[in-house]
Amino acid sequence: MSEAFDIAETLDVKGASCPMPVVKTKQAIDDLAEGSVLEVIATDSGSMSDIEGWAEGTNGVALLEQVDEGDVYKHYVEKTD
Amino acid sequence: MSTDTPSAGDGDSMTEAELQARIEELEETVADLEADDEQKKMTIVATQGSFDMAYPPLILASTAAAFGWDVVVFHTFWGLDILHEEKSENLQLSAVGNPNMPMPNALAALPGMDRMATRMMEKRIDDNGTATIDELIELSLDQGVELQACQMTIELMDYDEDDFYDDVTVGVGAATALQHMAESDIQLLV
Repeated sequence: MSEAFDIAETLDVKGASCPMPVVKTKQAIDDLAEGSVLEVIATDSGSMSDIEGWAEGTNGVALLEQVDEGDVYKHYVEKTD
Repeated sequence: MSTDTPSAGDGDSMTEAELQARIEELEETVADLEADDEQKKMTIVATQGSFDMAYPPLILASTAAAFGWDVVVFHTFWGLDILHEEKSENLQLSAVGNPNMPMPNALAALPGMDRMATRMMEKRIDDNGTATIDELIELSLDQGVELQACQMTIELMDYDEDDFYDDVTVGVGAATALQHMAESDIQLLV
């Protein structure tokens, strides 16, 4: 599934809990160029809802996909304009 | 002549240029209002300085900053200790009168119990991958959260302005906090 995107960078937040996955995602997105896709790998099950809510409420980002792999949660966020 | 019904004469008296200027003025006002609406504002008043109560304002503030919101946390009374570099390292969880503690009050009141309860909580926080208070303060400041230290409380507690983390805003009082609250979409008292 994830192979569909050209991933510019991967952020590993395994082991970190709220609010770190969201805050670190925001910081990583800030460093990317427009149109780039960030892959976020988390173990916090709350990150599914949190990153979705954050992406919805934040300008300049689009959530492309979220994958629940059971032990890890993968999020694909694109930096838009 | 009645003022509440514009007469045909009033419309005619405005030249096209005047109308154009008025339209531009209104467009600017609408654009300003829309820009204001875009960025949400949040004000949190942090009044508590126990280990557990330091977390909610800092977690909410750092997350709100990740949303791109304009965030102010006004620290007053015991909440000031969260910003105090030395004291924030030693915030304690109170074992007495805490219904969440798995021990009776008579036992919780024994010397060293607060420290023990705090250590237990610190271990859990570490095991859970939850950020430390220090990390959350740094994250918040890095993201542009304005952490304010109530000037009256600084003096009341006999603290020095240099006792606080760098980038903490000092010299502010209730009026400043109220001003932010009035402009905020979200106001929380913790």
